[in-house]
Amino acid sequence: MAGPLIRIEGLRVAFDGAPAVRGVDFAIHRGEALGIVGESGSGKSVTWLAALRLLPEKAVVEGRVSLDDDNLLEAPIERMEHLRGGRIGMIFQDPASALNPVLTIRRQMAEALALHRGLSGKSIDAEARRLLDLVGIPDAAGRLKSYPHEMSGGQNQRVMIAMALAGNPDLLIADEPTTALDVTIQAQILDLLQLVRRETDMALVLISHDLGVVAENCDRVAVMYAGRVVEEAPARTLFEAPRHPYTRGLIDALPTLDAPRRLVAIPGVVPDPRRMPPGCAFSPRCAHAAPACLGAVPELRRLEPGRRIACARAAELDLQPAATALPAETARPEVRA
Amino acid sequence: MSAPLLSLNEVTRTYTSRKGLFGTPVAVQAVAGVSLEVRPGETLGIVGESGSGKSTMGRMALGLEAPDSGSVRFDGAAMPDPGSESWRSLRKRAQMVFQDPLGALDRRLPVADQIGEPLEIHGIGDKAARAAAIARSLEMTGLSADHGRRFPHELSGGQRQRVIIARALITDPELLVCDEPVSALDVSIQAQVVNLLIDLQAERGLAMIFISHDLRVVRQISQRVAVMYLGHIVEEGTAEEVLRDPQHPYTRALVSAAPVPGARQRQRVILTGEPPNPAARPSGCAFHPRCPLATDRCRAEMPVLTRLAPGRRAACHLIQHTPAGMAAK
Repeated sequence: MAGPLIRIEGLRVAFDGAPAVRGVDFAIHRGEALGIVGESGSGKSVTWLAALRLLPEKAVVEGRVSLDDDNLLEAPIERMEHLRGGRIGMIFQDPASALNPVLTIRRQMAEALALHRGLSGKSIDAEARRLLDLVGIPDAAGRLKSYPHEMSGGQNQRVMIAMALAGNPDLLIADEPTTALDVTIQAQILDLLQLVRRETDMALVLISHDLGVVAENCDRVAVMYAGRVVEEAPARTLFEAPRHPYTRGLIDALPTLDAPRRLVAIPGVVPDPRRMPPGCAFSPRCAHAAPACLGAVPELRRLEPGRRIACARAAELDLQPAATALPAETARPEVRA
Repeated sequence: MSAPLLSLNEVTRTYTSRKGLFGTPVAVQAVAGVSLEVRPGETLGIVGESGSGKSTMGRMALGLEAPDSGSVRFDGAAMPDPGSESWRSLRKRAQMVFQDPLGALDRRLPVADQIGEPLEIHGIGDKAARAAAIARSLEMTGLSADHGRRFPHELSGGQRQRVIIARALITDPELLVCDEPVSALDVSIQAQVVNLLIDLQAERGLAMIFISHDLRVVRQISQRVAVMYLGHIVEEGTAEEVLRDPQHPYTRALVSAAPVPGARQRQRVILTGEPPNPAARPSGCAFHPRCPLATDRCRAEMPVLTRLAPGRRAACHLIQHTPAGMAAK
């Protein structure tokens, strides 16, 4: 296999001396979908904002982010502006605030197409229409004249995706792309992202707090806690056999559509970055914490290809589902349309 | 079966909205003739997307808004007009839990004072009795006395939501209306609050209306579920039946859209078309433009919510209204 498309090594981010990301490594290959889950404050968004140099000045960023031969953290800012929206597309949670309310969709798309593809005049219109068609917006020609407020949230999110695709990106970073949308529209957008990925061999980073969303749409999932990756595994494996107590906790806390069972809440709250507990950051909330966990921060160790875990007790713990298993019959029937 | 604590009978609610400053006002029907009952000790989940009218339903259930037509009855008596004396005294029997705890709390007051506010408003107890009630309410919701002395911004999101619940419970209400109470919380904290609501309901025999767009949470907490689309109930039944064996095509799509961790890529029902817009309600069945099964009849004629089995209703032309028909479809 060729080397990874993008590689993050030893990334650290701090705001005013408070660490938000505490040493993160990722490698993403062409065409691959990596999901990143974590609660608020886990550093899942900050990691990618830092990698793309989108954080405010006061953020102190260390480490290396390699895209081919470039180290994005040291590249000249003009180079970054060329890459962002070009080889790397981004979509964010709230499409309404990411689009400019006083410009038509055409103007906003033209900007991206002129900057990253060198298009002008008629060819901009043609390409903009093609992209809106691709993301499933009906009457693309008419929609180019619309303003963001004239369209629904789901349509605006499609426009955001079309704009992110305007530069023919090799990598699309989607940060909670469906959180603000209704469930049926959420399903449409996730489906669209899968379709685009298949058609363009683009790599996808899907950042979400929803394990379900990530599980269904990614090949590999990384779980972040307090600024570090605590577990990474192929999506199926992660949900069937999590090895980190925090991952197990997240799965047990998630309600399902099957018969109700007692949800197992994770006690306590995420630690304050200014007052990190010694050793493993999760240890104060962990049912399996032992003296070994309070010494050093557990290293993220590779168990097998694509499987990493940062838990001092990983080898000895057998993390069974906390809830009693449900009979297979209660599983939901396949829904046919 | 016990008498319903709350019943809504054919309630409608219409707002007027205006497009632009000089535009003509358009009537937007948020709730269009809905009937529902909640029994003591029962949790009814109301599910729907934005624009379905689910929050308006919750506000009418509490009498915060009066329906334009139809009636709301609480404990056998008609719901008094909002703002009236009898309406105020009813407030202590029926309380609301909102989605955004920070917006519902006063930033300048310690949370214990805010938890006790309903007692002051309703003139319940003396100072000592109120202090004891506040302490009880804090304990019941898993908060310490120290938490009570803090200001809202000094608490986490989950703790603030507990404060809201503690405040709603202090008057010992019989009905709690929760509008998206856990939507803003992280999964691990969400589970804490969901468990708390389930326990409180079991211990105190509360009736609860739980409004949410998240089917997974609704399944967890509700005995019965009503699915709303553009101001109508399209399906109703026990949570088990509705979510395991959905009959209405819209419910099927909702169930199918709910992400399942660990599931392989499933064949999802992906709805085409736009989300419902109450200002431009389609003819016939409001769901027909997005329905994969729509026929000419669906485009012309509005289906009626029909009883399929005891406690089970659905509004769809394509459902055979016999118990056998349900399975056949």
